[in-house]
Amino acid sequence: MDNRMYVEFDSISSNESLARVMAAAFLTKLDPTLEEVDDVKTAVSEAVTNAIIHGYENGEGTVSMECLIHNNEFTVIVSDKGVGIEDIEKAKEPLYTTREEEERSGMGFSFMEIFMDSLLVESEPFKGTKVTMKKKIGRL
Amino acid sequence: MTAGTNYLQTAENMNSTKFDLMDNVLVIHVNGELDHHNSVVIRERADEIICTRGVINILFDFEKTEFMDSSGIGVIMGRYKKVKDFGGIVGVVNVGKNVEKILLFSGLNKIIRYYDSAESAVRLIRGGN
Repeated sequence: MDNRMYVEFDSISSNESLARVMAAAFLTKLDPTLEEVDDVKTAVSEAVTNAIIHGYENGEGTVSMECLIHNNEFTVIVSDKGVGIEDIEKAKEPLYTTREEEERSGMGFSFMEIFMDSLLVESEPFKGTKVTMKKKIGRL
Repeated sequence: MTAGTNYLQTAENMNSTKFDLMDNVLVIHVNGELDHHNSVVIRERADEIICTRGVINILFDFEKTEFMDSSGIGVIMGRYKKVKDFGGIVGVVNVGKNVEKILLFSGLNKIIRYYDSAESAVRLIRGGN
């Protein structure tokens, strides 16, 4: 049965675990393997962390997360109304980071791509960023 | 503010990372979750010990790690950069499936050493291996 969840939360780092847990709980309907749950949690964590660190530059803001289930496909959309990304392709390059001093590895988007089936990044400077990720659950 | 405070406490409780000095090796037991939120505290505490005790060998123990994302790469890589010029070693033990994927996809597996147990790691590092 199709399902949808929409949540908004403050842009504070302790909400990263909250977002992961909510996405994982929503996903249980599809009877995922432990590995699939871990994959989704990692991807969600990367997207929400990006919104907090880069979108709102560790300042105030609201992050939204929409989760959808359609047939056996899970979709998660993480959005912020922060500073946006000027060059999306550059941001997606492995190891590219604007925050080396904070020890950010520059692997966030790479992990989203690896752990999910598809990744779409839409962004506009000073308007915000929307990250859409999809993953089919339970393929054998 | 009360709800926010509660979430904060929940998240803090998920991280009970412990630090042990075994001979000349700093063993970091990454208990709970290693994400951006927890990485800041882990990094600061580790660097404090590295600097004040002059430790150059670091072992990450993932036995009780429930979650790690790319923030973990930053923590491991950052410590590696700190000790490598002094001939220090960064190793890992008890690597589970989730953590192994992260180490593999980031390429960290090429610069860190894998050990069977904390005890054997300490023994080998002490012996210069």
